[in-house]
Amino acid sequence: MLPLSGERINAKGIISEKLDSVDTLRGSSTLKRGFAHMQKNGVVMDVTNVEQALIAQEAGAVSVMVLDKLPSEVRKAGGVARTASIKIIEEIMDSVTIPVMAKCRIGHVSEALVLQETDVDMIDESEVLTPADELRHIWKWDFTTPVVNGARSLAEALRRVEEGASMIRTKGEPGTGNVAEAITHIKKVNDELRTIKSIYDSGDNQDLVRIAREFKVSYDIVEQTAKLGRLPVVNFAAGGITTPADAAYLMSLGCDGIFVGSGIFNADDAQERANAIVLATTFWNESDKVKEAQKMIDERQSIHGLDVKTLELRMQDRGGLA
Amino acid sequence: MSLNLGVLSIQGDVNENILSIKAAIDALDIDGTVTSVRTPDEISKVDGLVIPGGESTTIGQLSLFNGALKILKEKIEQGMPVLGICAGMILLSKTVKDKVVGKIDQPLLNILDIKLERNSFGRQRESFESDISLNSIGIPTFNGVFIRAPSISDVGSDVEILSKFNGKIIAVKKNNVIGVAFHPELTSDISLHKYFVNLTNTLKN
Repeated sequence: MLPLSGERINAKGIISEKLDSVDTLRGSSTLKRGFAHMQKNGVVMDVTNVEQALIAQEAGAVSVMVLDKLPSEVRKAGGVARTASIKIIEEIMDSVTIPVMAKCRIGHVSEALVLQETDVDMIDESEVLTPADELRHIWKWDFTTPVVNGARSLAEALRRVEEGASMIRTKGEPGTGNVAEAITHIKKVNDELRTIKSIYDSGDNQDLVRIAREFKVSYDIVEQTAKLGRLPVVNFAAGGITTPADAAYLMSLGCDGIFVGSGIFNADDAQERANAIVLATTFWNESDKVKEAQKMIDERQSIHGLDVKTLELRMQDRGGLA
Repeated sequence: MSLNLGVLSIQGDVNENILSIKAAIDALDIDGTVTSVRTPDEISKVDGLVIPGGESTTIGQLSLFNGALKILKEKIEQGMPVLGICAGMILLSKTVKDKVVGKIDQPLLNILDIKLERNSFGRQRESFESDISLNSIGIPTFNGVFIRAPSISDVGSDVEILSKFNGKIIAVKKNNVIGVAFHPELTSDISLHKYFVNLTNTLKN
């Protein structure tokens, strides 16, 4: 049984219909959150073309995420970053057997609808692209296709879950090759989960009401999350993951899996690195295997990386007020 | 002697299966435990194993890498009960093809003589829930949760068909081996997990 906290049973994205005269339901929280559950302990790799998607599948990725440019290229290019070309997304969908995800701009309902109509398996409403709406995210309950969102804190995560996100990932700082922000974000979420769990255990409901107001979410979602002691949806790490050791460390902090953006296909040893990051994610608690994975990569081939303190563009702040 | 059940913990929906098996052990009031297993050594110690849903290419490649695939095949052929769910059923099969991509080459256990098609009902937007029945194992109705699910078009003479949905085979059994295309661990109904725990218990004693 998977947690269905916050579920809206009359959502527009839920379709009740007959399939050859048998009653069926599509787009339910069980199906959307359940899809994310099938990704657990896996690596989702950012790709921009079929060749990269096939390398990712060969390496054991659980899904590929299609972008027009990898996050570090988005930083270099500047300008407006939008959803990828539909033709390229479709080419990739015709080439791999693993799920295909794609990113849309924060708040851009029509980009998300286009991706749903394209039949991608999951939509990432992502801060890597230029936000279309700084004040509101997409109301994801209207979608049959599941959506993943980034979060830097428990408050952000629960706001996204209440809007219908079926999966959460840390924001980290994409395209930097620097894992520090992802580590900060998952530790913050974990600390806040521990805090609300201990308040719940103490029976101090009034304090949970105070937290719900501070988080700008409903009391119910705070109470149910506090009772669970974890997010009610799968929670991955993302943003700046570059090496097998980065992936293993984030798994050890309780992440359910890993997204890798620029870290693989902007490195000069993409194929080996893709293999190595999958191994380190799966076997994160077997240090001999993590070492073996780390040995497969050459640090001289890693993306150079950026110090987060000197960045002009902090992608993680995008959509952070809403 | 206490029953030792395992859930293969390479990738996928491990924890929900552990919870369902635990609930089944309690409901049946059997002396048993369930743990997540990954290494060949851990796998060698279990009396019955669930191969959970996830991505079959990922689970296959990684269990080939760490030696899990080899010992799994040996133990299942020696009679260890196994419940393969979605990706788990794909791994148990002899040959697979994909609805869109066609012929694919991925590591398999090569145990069940079935003709299997991956992503048979379509992509995630076509994933669905529907009532199904598993009458021959005493489960008249069950909430089938199908996520990018596979289906079977044909089975060998030694494979029993447990359930069909709109003409497609969605659950099969061959002695100690059960394969289902849907996800019982995502529902609160533990009847299939109970059936599996019971089967393991009977075969052990």
